[in-house]
Amino acid sequence: MKNIVYIILGTFLGIVLYKSEAASWFRIYEMFQFDSFHMYGIIGSALAVGIVLVQWIKKSKVKSFSGETIAILDKEKSIARYILGGALFGLGWALAGACPGPIYILVGAGYWPIVIVLVGALLGAFAYGVLRSKLPH
Amino acid sequence: MLYQPWPWYVSGPLIALIMALLILMGKRFGMSSNLETFCSIGGAGKFSDYFKTDVKSKRWNLLVVLGSVIGGFLGAHWLSPNPAVNISDKTVSKLQELGFDSAGTAYLPTELFGMESLTDPKVWIILLVAGFLVGFGTRYAGGCTSGHAISGLSNLQRPSLIAVIGFFIGGLIMVHLLFPLIFAV
Repeated sequence: MKNIVYIILGTFLGIVLYKSEAASWFRIYEMFQFDSFHMYGIIGSALAVGIVLVQWIKKSKVKSFSGETIAILDKEKSIARYILGGALFGLGWALAGACPGPIYILVGAGYWPIVIVLVGALLGAFAYGVLRSKLPH
Repeated sequence: MLYQPWPWYVSGPLIALIMALLILMGKRFGMSSNLETFCSIGGAGKFSDYFKTDVKSKRWNLLVVLGSVIGGFLGAHWLSPNPAVNISDKTVSKLQELGFDSAGTAYLPTELFGMESLTDPKVWIILLVAGFLVGFGTRYAGGCTSGHAISGLSNLQRPSLIAVIGFFIGGLIMVHLLFPLIFAV
């Protein structure tokens, strides 16, 4: 039962990101050119609602649907990994015009060359796992 | 309405709702960690202990991925009679200067994502390098747009703010400094 809910939530996410055009290479380019409010509107309104919902979940100590305590973990403190990793990700995000969610969504949409991006992303994740002890964190 | 592009003020809150539902299911919203899970499934544990994880505990997120593939199919084939993305005129003319004549007429640039573009080895290299940077960067930073820009910032995490600043440093360098070199006509 729970499995179906995860698939439905993913399907919903896929439709929303496709229909909002957040999965479009053109919208990502436009965002980095500051030529339109569209992407900022999506991220900004997601955040505005997200902050309210997350703070409510934390303050109300509401239990999960299956009755467990909800733990929203803090991110590990560091600067180097977030700035360096973030900038590398940003370079790729702007060039591919897609972050990980949209990569999967565009596979479903049938833009087959995105599979090359996906293979690159898997190689990149693998390379990070192998090299991580040598990188500043 | 459903068949038109969805406005930002509908899409953004829906993304937040999906995040909140995942949290209420005792999980979290983060798409890039799936890349690691795929590596683990593919046997990357032989090369680094980093990939020796309990794949079963991450199965739920792979189901979200499966769903998003289905969602992409439905969005593209059932809900979008017109794939053109209505980007601003300024963006269209900037892209035309870079040789992207499909700007304003397609969902993705045919110059990079059209099947016919795959005859050009340069396109393969661009897509592969772009993917590599996404995969490497997101795992190094510990999250991507969903994990940091939406989930992390919603939880008021300073590390996520630093990561998002990093995303923009990289994105702005790529689009403003590197695009003219990569796509010079």
